[in-house]
Amino acid sequence: MVELLQESERGAEVERKPVEKVSIVVSKGSLEGIYPALIMANGARMEGIEADLFFTFFGLDAIRKDRQEKIKVATVGNPGMHMPTLLGAVPGMSWMATKMMGRQMEKLDIPPIGEFLELIHDSGGGIYACHATVEMFGLTMDDFVPQVDGILTVGEFYELSAGAEIIFT
Amino acid sequence: MTMTALELEGALVERDPEGFLVDPAQWSRELAVELGHEAGIPELTPAHWQVVEFMRNRYLETGTAPSIRALGKESGVPIKELYRLFPKGPAKLAAKIGGIPKPRGCI
Repeated sequence: MVELLQESERGAEVERKPVEKVSIVVSKGSLEGIYPALIMANGARMEGIEADLFFTFFGLDAIRKDRQEKIKVATVGNPGMHMPTLLGAVPGMSWMATKMMGRQMEKLDIPPIGEFLELIHDSGGGIYACHATVEMFGLTMDDFVPQVDGILTVGEFYELSAGAEIIFT
Repeated sequence: MTMTALELEGALVERDPEGFLVDPAQWSRELAVELGHEAGIPELTPAHWQVVEFMRNRYLETGTAPSIRALGKESGVPIKELYRLFPKGPAKLAAKIGGIPKPRGCI
């Protein structure tokens, strides 16, 4: 009985082992698809946890020079907006919602995406693009902001993630 | 685990379970050196002091610790350097060494 108890205590210790490294996959190109990943990556570095970001599919927009500043909140197909679909589809609605959210975020000291990536990069966080998507979209390193560390295949991503918790957003 | 106390030159300093000072007024520069050792920083260089003092002063003035973004922009020490000085988290460690509560912000 005592042994069993000790066994379960050991089990509890294992579960409480602190997170030491995270790999975060960003697959969506909307504002609400990108920011949580950036906040988690930066938050990890702030706690001394290693962090790597891997951008794939439309998530790549976050690191594309020509698209980074055009990222918007989805006002259609986003029940969290509590907005009737047809209203969400009105031209300019997404732009307006993004502006409003941007102001609110600035108040909370949450930087715009470009500056946020710079912050994560300078904090020692890795920023990578997905090889398959880069090929699919016909992109090269020149299409990306300078904070991007490289283009990785999925195999290289797993290699880089050795010992990490993998988070998909 | 509850409060812990650190004894320094005969005086007891109250701390929370994570080792942050409960009362910023109990802080001293000698204590900061000791807290630095505990955080794995063998010597507080002038650059360390610059960050620690910025954190502490900002907290005492405004009641909240600055975000990492503000720390990088306003302390005079850029982000890269902040992480070189405090690899286990600049805002958290500078707050701990500066004797102020753990920063609660997400940024």
